[in-house]
Amino acid sequence: MSSIRCIQLCKTFRQGDEIITGLDNVDIVIDEGEFVCLSGPSGSGKTTLLNAIGGLDTPDSGEIHMDGIRVDQLAKGPLADMRLHNIGFVFQAYNLIPVLTAQENVEFVMQVQGVAAAERAQKARDILKEVGLIGMEDRKPAQLSGGQQQRVAVARAIVSQPKLVLADEPTANLDTVASSKLMNLFSQLNQNYNITFIIATHDKRVMSYAKRLIKMQDGKIISDEMQTPVSGDEG
Amino acid sequence: MSNVSLRLAWRNLWRHKRRTWLTVGAMIFSNSLLVFSISLQFGSYEMMIDNTLQAFSGHIQLQHEQYLDDPKMRHNLPNIVTTAKRLRNELKLENIGARAAGFALASSRDRSYGIQILGVEPLYESRISSIPGLIKEGQFLQQDSYDEIVIGSILARNLKITIGDELTFIGSGLDNSFAAGVVRVVGIFESGIADLDRSMAEVSLAYFDDSFAMRGKGHSIAIRANNIEAVTNLQIRIEALVDNQNHLAVRHWEELQPGLKQAIQADMTSAWFMYIVLIILVAFSVLNTQLMSVLERTREFGTMMALGLKPSNLSRLVVVETSLMAGLGLLLGIAVGFVITWYLSIVGFYYPGMEEMAVKFNLPDRMYPEVSLISLTLGPGIVAFGSLVASIYPATRLYRLLPIEAMRAV
Ligand SMILES: Nc1ncnc2c1ncn2[C@@H]1O[C@H](COP(=O)(O)OP(=O)(O)OP(=O)(O)O)[C@@H](O)[C@H]1O
Ligand SMILES: [Mg+2]
Repeated sequence: MSSIRCIQLCKTFRQGDEIITGLDNVDIVIDEGEFVCLSGPSGSGKTTLLNAIGGLDTPDSGEIHMDGIRVDQLAKGPLADMRLHNIGFVFQAYNLIPVLTAQENVEFVMQVQGVAAAERAQKARDILKEVGLIGMEDRKPAQLSGGQQQRVAVARAIVSQPKLVLADEPTANLDTVASSKLMNLFSQLNQNYNITFIIATHDKRVMSYAKRLIKMQDGKIISDEMQTPVSGDEG
Repeated sequence: MSNVSLRLAWRNLWRHKRRTWLTVGAMIFSNSLLVFSISLQFGSYEMMIDNTLQAFSGHIQLQHEQYLDDPKMRHNLPNIVTTAKRLRNELKLENIGARAAGFALASSRDRSYGIQILGVEPLYESRISSIPGLIKEGQFLQQDSYDEIVIGSILARNLKITIGDELTFIGSGLDNSFAAGVVRVVGIFESGIADLDRSMAEVSLAYFDDSFAMRGKGHSIAIRANNIEAVTNLQIRIEALVDNQNHLAVRHWEELQPGLKQAIQADMTSAWFMYIVLIILVAFSVLNTQLMSVLERTREFGTMMALGLKPSNLSRLVVVETSLMAGLGLLLGIAVGFVITWYLSIVGFYYPGMEEMAVKFNLPDRMYPEVSLISLTLGPGIVAFGSLVASIYPATRLYRLLPIEAMRAV
């Protein structure tokens, strides 16, 4: 799982009479265990690409293969199962469930996955500790700052160690210290568990953690380079 | 559904406290109303049946097979007294009495009225009919009463006679002979049933036999069961006992009093019409609440789907939410309904519009609802079921959601 191959992906949006390009003939291959950053100006198609890879949105044309499975052709049910068991999402707008506490938000997906109560409670506590939210377990999203909510969203995405994490601006609301801690955590998970990361970001410091940097503009990939990530201790 | 989802459903319910309480309140209101009305119905039907059947007809009658449709003198049964005695012995039931009936013109000094004269076994009649117990002046017939008569209060007033006065009657006997006699009024009853009070009189069966030339024949054996539930079984046992007798029919009270059954059915139909309207209103209010709650959570549902939940998971959540709401309405509705109904079942209750029925079926002017497991759970159960049915539509809307579009919703 999670060797990803996108072939000639195109996606347009219609807004009134205007046709907006989301993705324009995107070709990429991302292997298992890669740590990729997507960068590019606002509106360049980063979110659109993440959504297509995660099966949240279907491209107008092109193919998406994930370990030989055509994601773009999967039926809704198997697609949902694939997201549930193999993909962790961090959304740009966090999208936490407002009536659940931080702990419960993190447990929620595990519960649907069928993880036993005691195990998921323990895992949720551990991961919240990792993202620096000790003592905040029982707060509802409204009682958390933007940065804290974002970290809950990250915790929710990585708690069950999916094979692929798709993160959309995961550090947008974090201060320097918190964001480098988070990136260190991502790097660790990537190294220790071979989890593939694809992170859309504007943040130069975040990009420096990536082993591979893909730049987008107007729905196209304009550069795709391997790089040496900064060491995990830097911040 | 394990604890997180249950907790999630419960908390979702209280996101809009007022809206949820309004819906639950509608459920509580209609549930308690249903508990009360159904209890009242059960209570009044039982009273109607008891009072009507006890007044006169009893629960079961043995008759000549044609007597029910054509109550003529000649449609009679032989050896009525011995048959009644045999039944009492075999069934080990004392509430059984033989009767004979005839029509006559009753006259006092200055007036005449057509009446029905009933010959009864005085000892057993009081075990079948409430009339012996409803004597308001004088007393009922005794075991050895001969030329004595008990008449209804309206008849007494019409004839302008009272206890100790004489009454002359003229009719025709079984052999078409002239049946006539002079009897002394020993008792006046008031049953509250106008028909009986106006035109019925009772004499001893022995005297009737002589006057109407019956020669041991009679028209019915009336039987009162110990309770209404026992009637059908008793009827079967009696049918087995009298199997070999010609032209004999064992009549259930529903045949004897078709009007009673019809009145109950008509009342039930109109009541259920009202209940169904009520239940539909509640269901629509649930539909409205759940539809709104689903629509305003589009974004959240989109997120859940993006995380890998299926529409079926989400719609189950909506159904659990509805169940919690319905359960709350059910419990509180039953509780409120029980308290109100239980109180009124003790102190009684009057409801306008019942007078007509009360007069017709000899009901008291106060009604006593009868609280039972069925009357407590039937209505609220249907309301809860209707609410769940109403949540199907909002729940199925979730199947149309596309995660990415839903997440973009505000
Ligand atoms: N549902 C939509 N309807 C219309 N246009 C859309 C829709 N979704 C995306 N777009 C457009 O598609 C283009 C690519 O959008 P996308 O969200 O992928 O950009 P992005 O790189 O993620 O930008 P940002 O950095 O601001 O998040 C933009 O021009 C955007 O306006
Ligand atoms: Mg974006």
